[in-house]
Amino acid sequence: MDIPFTVKDRPDTGLYNGKLGIWLFLASEVMLFGGLFSAYIFLRTGAETWPIGADILNVPLATLNTMFLITSSVTMVMSWASLKLKDFGKFKLYAGLTLLLACGFLVVKYFEYTAKFHHGLFPSTNNFLGIYFTLTGLHVLHVIGGIIVIFFFWMPGAKMWESNPDRFTNRIEIVGLYWHFVDLVWIFLFPVLYLL
Amino acid sequence: MADLTPEEIKHHVKTYVIVFVALAFLTIVTVAISYLNLGVGASVTIALIVATVKGSLVACYFMHLIDERTTIYWTLLATVAAFLILMFVPLSTMLDQAKI
Repeated sequence: MDIPFTVKDRPDTGLYNGKLGIWLFLASEVMLFGGLFSAYIFLRTGAETWPIGADILNVPLATLNTMFLITSSVTMVMSWASLKLKDFGKFKLYAGLTLLLACGFLVVKYFEYTAKFHHGLFPSTNNFLGIYFTLTGLHVLHVIGGIIVIFFFWMPGAKMWESNPDRFTNRIEIVGLYWHFVDLVWIFLFPVLYLL
Repeated sequence: MADLTPEEIKHHVKTYVIVFVALAFLTIVTVAISYLNLGVGASVTIALIVATVKGSLVACYFMHLIDERTTIYWTLLATVAAFLILMFVPLSTMLDQAKI
């Protein structure tokens, strides 16, 4: 049985099903990260002293990572726009760049984490590092999840472009919405953890 | 965003580039302000305002929220309300401790 409304909009919602689905998923994601942001406020306001992130964490590396994610958001939306313009080659280029930038983010994060461990700084060291590793660790898991899905649509899943281009374009829009959310979370994580 | 003409898409692409430049510029602003040592209150306020502007740019233009169906707006309105309650929970404990 075919899944209904993967291309055409459903009359009652005005959206194709996948789009409403991803927005409902993102709403639950807001609450997931929101709970941890709430925990951060709770820990910080309840602490007698709280370190400045920049004294412990590497701000230049995090700034580089911010640039990686912002750029990857642009290349992601450009890959969708390329499909809308029926330019599959450009889609491959932009989606490939998105993957490259996302992997760059992970490499930088790896160096950040290992540097902390070498200096004996672990999640159990104090509340600041506990919430830092929890929030950034959950975010890294989301980046890895995004890489897996984007890679699927970049390589094996791209076959759908031949058989059902409109549905494939919608799939890229959906994964794009997820990826922009991952970028959006980092936009708040960066100043909250590293700069304040 | 289903029925856009190629001309409209090309116009969108120009917007994406402008938003990207704005996001990169605001990232530099965020980092630069953090080096000014304005005090915790001012730093938190400015950093959150800049982050909110950046987040809004991503949501409005990359996620196309500036031109979406009302179903999504209602979903997000409920999400924002629940999110604000979640943020108010730790604040309410502070007010309780201060006997306000």
